[in-house]
Amino acid sequence: MEKSVSPDLLTDTLTRTLAAGTPLLLGTLGEICAERGGVINLGVEGMMAAGAVAGFGTAMATGSPWAGLAAAIAAGAGLALVHACLSVTLKANQIVSGIALTMLGLGLSGVWGKPFVGTPLSARFTSVEIPLLSDLPVLGPALFQRDPVFYLTVALAAGLAFFLRSTRWGLILSTVGENPLAADSAGIPVSLVRYSAVVFGGALAGMAGGYLSLVYVPSWIEGMTAGRGWIIIGLTIFAGWEPWKAVLGSLLFGGIDVTQYLFQAAVPPNFLKSLPYAATLLALMTGSKNASGTAAPPAALAVPYRPGER
Amino acid sequence: MLEFIPRPAPSAAARVRTTLGALLAGLGLAALAFLFMGVDPVKALASILAGSFLSPYGLGETVTKAIPLILAGIGLSLAFTGRLWNIGAEGQLLAGATAATAAALLIKDSLPSFLTIPLLFAAGGVGGAALALLAGWLKTRWRVNEVIATLMLNYICAEFVQYLIYGPWKGPTQSGFPYTDNFAASAVLPVLGATRIHWPTLLLALAAAVGAWVLLNRTRFGFELRAMGGNPDAAAYAGMDSSRTTLVVLALSGGLAGLAGVGEVAGIHQHLTYPWAVSSGYGYAAIIVAWVAALNPLLAVPSGLFLGGIMVGGDAIQISMGLPAAAISLFNGLLLLSLMAGEFFLTYRPRWRRA
Amino acid sequence: MPRIESLELRGISKEFNGVFANEDISLMVRSGSVLALLGENGAGKTTLMNILYGLYAPDQGEILINGRPVRVTGPADAIRLGIGMVHQHFMLVPRHTVAENAALGLEGAPFLRPAAWAAGRIREFSDRYGMAVRPEAPVWQLSAGEQQKVEIVKALLKGAELLILDEPTSVLTDDEASELFAVIRRMTGEGKSVIFISHKLDEVLAVSSSVAVLRKGRLAATLPSKGASKAELARLMTGQREITAASRPPASSHAASRPAALEVSSLSVRSDLGLPAVRSLSFSLAAGEIIGVAGVSGNGQRELAEALTGLRPVEAGTVTVAGAPAARLSPRGLRDLGVRHIPEERVRLGVVSAMSVADNSVLSCGGDPRFFRGWFLDGAAIRRHAEEIIDCYGIKTPSADSRTGNLSGGNIQKLILGRETEGTPSVIIASHPTYGLDIGAAEFVRSRLIAKAAEGSAVLLISEELEEVLRLSDRVAVMYEGSFAAVLANEGLDRARLMLLMAGSKEAPGRA
Repeated sequence: MEKSVSPDLLTDTLTRTLAAGTPLLLGTLGEICAERGGVINLGVEGMMAAGAVAGFGTAMATGSPWAGLAAAIAAGAGLALVHACLSVTLKANQIVSGIALTMLGLGLSGVWGKPFVGTPLSARFTSVEIPLLSDLPVLGPALFQRDPVFYLTVALAAGLAFFLRSTRWGLILSTVGENPLAADSAGIPVSLVRYSAVVFGGALAGMAGGYLSLVYVPSWIEGMTAGRGWIIIGLTIFAGWEPWKAVLGSLLFGGIDVTQYLFQAAVPPNFLKSLPYAATLLALMTGSKNASGTAAPPAALAVPYRPGER
Repeated sequence: MLEFIPRPAPSAAARVRTTLGALLAGLGLAALAFLFMGVDPVKALASILAGSFLSPYGLGETVTKAIPLILAGIGLSLAFTGRLWNIGAEGQLLAGATAATAAALLIKDSLPSFLTIPLLFAAGGVGGAALALLAGWLKTRWRVNEVIATLMLNYICAEFVQYLIYGPWKGPTQSGFPYTDNFAASAVLPVLGATRIHWPTLLLALAAAVGAWVLLNRTRFGFELRAMGGNPDAAAYAGMDSSRTTLVVLALSGGLAGLAGVGEVAGIHQHLTYPWAVSSGYGYAAIIVAWVAALNPLLAVPSGLFLGGIMVGGDAIQISMGLPAAAISLFNGLLLLSLMAGEFFLTYRPRWRRA
Repeated sequence: MPRIESLELRGISKEFNGVFANEDISLMVRSGSVLALLGENGAGKTTLMNILYGLYAPDQGEILINGRPVRVTGPADAIRLGIGMVHQHFMLVPRHTVAENAALGLEGAPFLRPAAWAAGRIREFSDRYGMAVRPEAPVWQLSAGEQQKVEIVKALLKGAELLILDEPTSVLTDDEASELFAVIRRMTGEGKSVIFISHKLDEVLAVSSSVAVLRKGRLAATLPSKGASKAELARLMTGQREITAASRPPASSHAASRPAALEVSSLSVRSDLGLPAVRSLSFSLAAGEIIGVAGVSGNGQRELAEALTGLRPVEAGTVTVAGAPAARLSPRGLRDLGVRHIPEERVRLGVVSAMSVADNSVLSCGGDPRFFRGWFLDGAAIRRHAEEIIDCYGIKTPSADSRTGNLSGGNIQKLILGRETEGTPSVIIASHPTYGLDIGAAEFVRSRLIAKAAEGSAVLLISEELEEVLRLSDRVAVMYEGSFAAVLANEGLDRARLMLLMAGSKEAPGRA
């Protein structure tokens, strides 16, 4: 068996894995950011859907995939702003608010996207070849001849990891998520930090949606997010709120997405389609075992901050 | 400067005022959304109302759609009271529908109706409960967050139903459509007159509302559930077994959604069909039902009727005004968001103060 | 940073839910002086300081620095003005290191690697003030005393000219406390000023230059420390009330002959962070006996109480209650054996705030047939029970149906006490039962525990107040680093010796 795997198939599998993993990684990075700040946003599915349709519509209208990506980011960020307002300012239940946001996002995307159904995307990203590296066998085509958003995502992952670990703002963010009272008493504007984290997280979720409709598929169909937003919530826990572990998790789940194509002949398609969902549950089951150690959620996750009350 | 002062305890009247205000605000936002879609909001809202509550046919449809919403909404009210975020009513409803279909296909016409129908409900209740218990087991044994567990099971369930209707359960008599064979006449629920109101399920829903209210407010289980939801640490301190309470309430919650699924297959479709046809988002809309009802099972009845009306009205404007089906999800999202925002004004009182 | 020559509070008032926490309070602190803010728990000291630090907005009144009114709308303003605060509950992130905690909100911290920069500053400062602090240590590994040092260094690094210390000695050993006083003197020597919140008369007189006494949210008096007497301060703190102090009748000599209600042998328990918190602890508690566990908090008292009540797994060792093995039992199983628990964190553990007083009065009663008929609640019986507790304990609540969260801490404590001491429990684990109560309520709680012991309950009293332990206990156990440094009969005990034991000095093991 081993020997019959051609380099082409290997390259192809890797390419598809990375393509499927990219939106997952983007969304997970965004959710990590929001949750490290102490706000859980279950509206990822809705923000992604809104991002997907906004990205597609704008790219079609302007002819520029970059404009589309910007619109996707704006759509995700805009919806996240609603969640931030509810959960930070109005101290609403973050779980239910996130679900409401999902309904809103899926609804908006369905309404806006109706005219786009079945239209192929005319404005696409051209792939960028990294000199020298792209000539590597197997890895070259899979890693270094890709759309620019892929590189951007990798850079974002590295950037966020560095941001959280080694910068003043990263320290502030994680203090706000661990002990908002301590942050407040150090003179840090807790609400502003939380707003920023949630909106930035939403921007990445929107970008993830944009990746789906601009690069991955590329077209618009209703329900194209297909539960990826929820898988992202699971991945955030699985990654223990660490960006670099999110990279591993996204690769894993990107791979699971691709196995669907590999086993098409042998297994009923509905079972294959269930695979990512079942894998999410499995990942969280295994994750819980080592969660007793370091990978505990931010101490103030989903707890609204109420200063000056008793 | 605008300040917000915490209120000690909101009165029932304040609760009603706030909920109504929030619903009105939600409708206002929806009207704005219609405006952006290029639809006359007054006309749209009027035709929602006309389509759902103001015509005999619409009213019948509203009640029909309210049945699964009330059942699932009661279940979610119970689960949410215990701070268990069961978002899986959609999947549990499908599991109930599937289990009832299995029973119906097995029994065929071998038993009289008065035996078959209770058996279908029993099977559906067990089916829904089993799926919810799976999520409960994942939570209590493996510490898997129940939001994700129940949601993932929704997707898995939908895929499984499709597998069944395209594969092993595909009915030879359905001329190629991916449905199971139709239920035997003895397995079909009776309806009221010319409507589609399958009254046995409606009665079940009303009984469940009363039963759940009693359970919540008058029994030891409800007492422990409220304690667990109010303060899980105190519940543990007081010697309550939160794992057991979690499993029981999830089973109840899933079981009620399962019953709703039985009503849909045995009362409406009379066969198992596409998952999105069996439940047009009832499981998610039931979250709003529970929230509008302030998690009170009795209030889930009017709240379910209200949401049922919105779903029927949504269908009506889809046809009359050419709006996409997603408009209803948008509408629901706006409603739930306004309710969430309204909650704030229950616990905080705005006050103007000179800086 | 401008020097604070004088800081003045003028006419400060603040109310919570219609009750004045502070009413028309005016105070003044000058450069180089220490103002002690004295008062019972609940007198409004912390609220006043939280207003000064910008955490609460006052309803009325103003703050003046060097004679000019200033606006303090948040801690950021306070820090900018040179006000620093060390809270009673430390504002630290346990998962972060000392340096990371200090880097937060520190002006001049670089954007990149702020913790490394802060570590350098900390070393500088800790040398100057003679406080040893390790910047790289994660905070969760530090003792309470070390955490307090971190808080002080944090405040000084931010350039605090006036430092507010909220009950700073409550978590310290005597040695650590004198180290703190030395730091305070060094600060005032540099012209900084300190506001020192306390309810302990001795230390107030030892360290302050003037004393402001608060009583029930009002300023009772301001007076220079020099020449002030403890008796006078105590009178100002408590008002003119006569307090009949509950005290134990001379140690019941026959207690030892009674059967052991609770026997603990080689008990080991881990903390939340998986570190050993209770280490191979053994003791035996007889029916009708009160053992008082004295010690600085954080020496395993909490974990001991939680293990004995089934809230925390027992790592090793045996526990028997009235002869029955109890180390592996759930909270329910222990309650069925007659173990009751007055928890340390009342509102977090003892009640469900959103439920009614009546519901909470039977919260831990399991399926007690007096209140439950099979699966159903007996609403009338529960209400009667609650009303009995309300009457008997003088709980201030509009009715038994009121939301428990609206009650004050003292009233919640009485409700818990009423529930947990009902009947004759075999064992009562009382953790800090009078913490935060006014003197009257505290005396009531104490007399209640004594009465229960007289009726035959075995009481394990865990308390930080040595006075309380000495007054109630038949035997005194001193807890240090997870085990009992000594268990001593409560006869003619030398307080200085107990203090030494609490601070960890060794002596020959006492009889257990």
